[in-house]
Order: sequence, then structure tokens, then C-alpha cells
Amino acid sequence: MEQTDTPPPDGAPLLRARNLVKRYQGRTVVDHISFTVQRGECFGLLGPNGAGKTTTLRMIVGLTPADGGELTLFGLPMHPEQRAARQRMGVVSQEDNLDTDLGVAENLRIYGRYFGLPGALIEERLERLLRFAQLSDRAGQAVGTLSGGMRRRLVLARSLVADPELVVLDEPTTGLDPQARHLIWQRLRTLRDDGVTLLLTTHYMDEAARLCDRLLVMDHGAILDLGTPRELIARHVEPEVVEITGQGDPPDPATLGNPDGRQERMGDTLYCYTRDAAPLMERLSRRPDLAVLMRPANLEDVFLKLTGRELRD
Amino acid sequence: MPRFLPRPTLGFIQIVRRHFLVWRKTSAASLVGNLGEPLLYLTGMGYGLGRFVGDIGSLPYLVFVAAGILSASSMNTATFEALYGGFTRMTRQNTYHAMLATPLGVADVVLGEVVWAAVKSLFAGLAIFLVGTLLGAFPGPQAWLALPVVFLAGLVFGGIGMVVTAISPGYDFFLYYFTLVSTPMFLFCGVFYPVASLPEGVQTLVAALPLTHVVALIRPLGSGTPPEDVMVHLGALLLFALTAYPIAVLLIKRRIIV
Ligand SMILES: Nc1ncnc2c1ncn2[C@@H]1O[C@H](COP(=O)(O)OP(=O)(O)OP(=O)(O)O)[C@@H](O)[C@H]1O
Ligand SMILES: [Mg+2]
Repeated sequence: MEQTDTPPPDGAPLLRARNLVKRYQGRTVVDHISFTVQRGECFGLLGPNGAGKTTTLRMIVGLTPADGGELTLFGLPMHPEQRAARQRMGVVSQEDNLDTDLGVAENLRIYGRYFGLPGALIEERLERLLRFAQLSDRAGQAVGTLSGGMRRRLVLARSLVADPELVVLDEPTTGLDPQARHLIWQRLRTLRDDGVTLLLTTHYMDEAARLCDRLLVMDHGAILDLGTPRELIARHVEPEVVEITGQGDPPDPATLGNPDGRQERMGDTLYCYTRDAAPLMERLSRRPDLAVLMRPANLEDVFLKLTGRELRD
Repeated sequence: MPRFLPRPTLGFIQIVRRHFLVWRKTSAASLVGNLGEPLLYLTGMGYGLGRFVGDIGSLPYLVFVAAGILSASSMNTATFEALYGGFTRMTRQNTYHAMLATPLGVADVVLGEVVWAAVKSLFAGLAIFLVGTLLGAFPGPQAWLALPVVFLAGLVFGGIGMVVTAISPGYDFFLYYFTLVSTPMFLFCGVFYPVASLPEGVQTLVAALPLTHVVALIRPLGSGTPPEDVMVHLGALLLFALTAYPIAVLLIKRRIIV
């Protein structure tokens, strides 16, 4: 995954959030977060359910006013009345809000009009957008007849109708099958290659690792860390992981010996994080009763370490 | 308009166009209903009831009640659209949220809804007008001037309807509005009998209701009698429209921009 290591391109940031705060009924759900998004990069927000990702995106889009801090988009102060900024961005929201009273092509057409685009320009883009979403053969169909993957692709195509500089995507692939996810990833990479800035949230760590140049991990409204996927992995977890699953009882960490490493237990599985898994693997080779898996550390390990393993919600 | 109020842009026209497109797709069938219902009302009330009532003032009851039905229809059509249509789009279909992720703002969305409600009133009014004209209920060419009033009435009741939509927890809430506001107007604002036949105290009360002013304009125009106090009635309707709209914008904004 070479691209994840490329540093963000230079230049004035496209988005700058400084000490952004949002409160609901006195509860702080976004708690003084600061970050910038550079032009042309793919920036990811990670965090457990309720971390404040959607709320952060809604402030950026102008669907909710911030209760504190500064938010600048395209050099403009962002707030719900800032139409000029919304003219330059596309939005894929977490909940599906396609216009179910309209057909597939009509959804794109009418949305283009909301952006004030002339009819001829919309018609010109329509075919390309339908092809982009692989929905060309369904142009006249009702939205209600589409599968989940098709709907998501249509929402993505709709967000592109006004040729945005920034696309904001809240969980673009949640609930989709692997084929549908891969198609969306490929489309997002195409957009990035075309210089479109992407800001997305996801619960899939493989998605974040594949797509995002930089990641922000948040929980309880606050930033836990920010960096490239590789930086985050290097900063928070040992490079190698051995997953050990016992038959029946979980194995006792003390009997395994992992002196330079760190253990975590989750259910019947023991996770051993280590700089060098070889000695541990050597010892484990004498325990045929245990199922052993050795792998390099990944973002999921970082995520679980930063946000804990307890269930949310 | 006060400064703290978000201002609409011409973008609202695209929302009206969207509603029109959906209406054209889904409601071509209701055109028959649009013509059929006024036919039933006008013949049933105008001829049936008219036989017993005779003339009211100088007007045959058919002519008298046709203007009332045209007025009531502008109210009901706009009210239904703003309540059921508006609420469904705001909550169940998330249409407003999708619109607000574009350069459109709440002021555009609400203006689009209100103008669309008025356009629908005009459609329904046109159907009544055509059927009524065939039956001789709208004598004279000046009767066409009733249609702009129908549109204005649509703006008034569309605006009030959007206020109700903004504060509704659900569809059941609309029943309060119908029972407490809409139906009393339907029965007491001069649709079926002259307001002048009500006790004086009630007349004053009724004069504060928008439908009274709609009827007061549409009846003389529809029947060809000289209208009175045109400016008062027009002014009252404009006041209602220009008060309801900003209130609806603020309430809808408070509800969905959270
Ligand atoms: N309109 C609202 N009123 C009150 N509380 C809200 C509102 N919107 C969000 N919250 C609360 O704010 C917190 C953050 O919610 P948010 O939707 O931003 O989380 P998230 O990170 O997007 O979660 P998920 O991954 O589940 O989508 C949650 O505790 C949520 O209950
Ligand atoms: Mg969310």
C-alpha cells in the first residue's frame, strides 16, 4: 500500500477546523477538535459508534452550527448559511436520502438543478455519472427497485453532479457486500487521482488503510491521534501479532512467555503484540492444542488499543 | 424581513419544479378526481340545497356556493400539501436533508413548499372553475380574476400549514389543526352562507380568520358583483402570508438544523 505513505500535498488547507465544539442538551459530543485537510488528500475519520464523526461532518457541511471553535472551508467561514461552500462540495450522508419519488436519472437531474446547473450541462454529465455508478441500464428505474449497493453508488454519483472539489462521505460502504465495496473503493481512488479531496468516515479498518492518506481517530468527541496509517501503526502497536485461541479455556498468558511484548485477552483469544514473534512461535510449536495465527499489526489493532475493546451503544 | 432570518434565493423554483415533476408522474390519475369532486359538490350543493335555499341576496345559491367551494378548496388543497406532503418529505423521506446538502437553504425549501402548495391550490381551483363555468356558476369574464386570489390563498394556507408541520410530532397531530382551525373556518367563514348572518360577536371573530378574506374577494369576483374593501382583504391575506412564512422558516430550521 504505497500511496498511504505519501505525505499530504503542500498548499493552503482546503479545510481547517480549530477547537471545534458541539453540544447536545449540555453534553459535549464534539470536544475541541482541531485538524486540517489538504487539497487532494483522502482524509479519514475513525471512531466507535457515537464518537462524533457524523456530527463533525454535519458541521463541515453546514447541516448544524458549531457551538464553538472555527471552521474554514475553501478559505470561507463555514456555517449553515454558507451556500458558496456547499456549491463546491458533494455529500454522501450516512442515512440514505435519495428521492424515492423520482427515478434513478431524475435523482441526478433534479439534484443538479438544486446546484443551479443549467439543464444542458446536467444532461451532458448524466450519462457519465450513470456509467461511473454502473447504473446506465437502470436510468429510468424507480429508486425503490435498487439494491443497497446500487443505491449507495447512486448517492455517490449524485454527490458528484456539480463537479465538487471536496466530497464528504459518511460511511460510504457500510452494509455493502465485498464486490460493491470494492467498486466504491475503486471509484473513490479514481476521484482522488482526479484531484478531488475526500473526507470520509468508516468502521472498516481495511477501507481506511486502503483509501486514506491520513487518519484521525476520535472517541467521545475528542481526538485520540492523527497521522498516516503507517505512522499510527508504528506509534501504537508492536509490529507483529500472534493470536492464540485455546480449545475451551483461554490460554494462560503466564505459561506462554512473551517478555518483550504485551498481551490482551478478548473472549477465548489471546493477542500477543511483539517486536519479534519468532521465539514465541517457537514455544507455541510445542502446544498443538492451541490454534495460532501470526500476522503483521494493522489499523484494527491500533483502533482497539486506542478506543478499548468494550462494546459501545 | 428581520435580519436574523435566513433569506430565500431563486433556488426555491427548483424545489417547485421537483414537486411538479413528482405530481405529474404520480397524479395524472387524480385529474379525474380533480374534475369529478367539484362537479359533485356544485351539483349536489348548488342544485340540491339551492332548491330549498333559493337566492342569497341577488345571487342564485349555485353561484353563491361555487365561490365558497372555490375558496374552501384553495384552503384545503394547500393545507393538505403542506401538512402531509411537507411532513413526509421532512421526516420519512429525508428530502429536506438532501436538499440542504446543496447550496439550497431552509428558506428556499420552505418557500418551495409554500409556493408549490399554492400551485396545487391553483390546479384544484382551475378544475372547479372550469366545471363551475360550464354549469353557469361563474358568470362573466371578471371571474378569472378569482384565480390569482386562489393562488394567494394557497400561499397563506401553505405557509400556515408549514408552521403546523414544523411543530408536529407526527401525522396524528394534524387532527388538532383540522378540528380546531381548518374545519371551523370551513363552516364559519362564509363558504356556505353569508358571514353577516352570524351573531355580531362571532362576526368580529370570524373577520380575524384568513378564509373570511378569501371568500370576501372570490365571491364578488366569481359572481360579478362589485367587490368591497378589496385593499383590506388583500392586505389581510398578505399579512397572513408574510407572517406565516418566516415563522415556518424559523421553526423548520430549529427542527432540522440541529
Ligand atoms: N440531534 C442530536 N441530538 C442529540 N444528540 C445527538 C444528536 N446527534 C447526535 N447526537 C449524539 O452525539 C453523539 C455523537 O453522534 P454521531 O452521530 O456524531 O456519532 P458517530 O461517530 O457518527 O457514530 P456512528 O458510528 O454510530 O455513526 C452520540 O452520542 C449521539 O447520540
Ligand atoms: Mg455516524
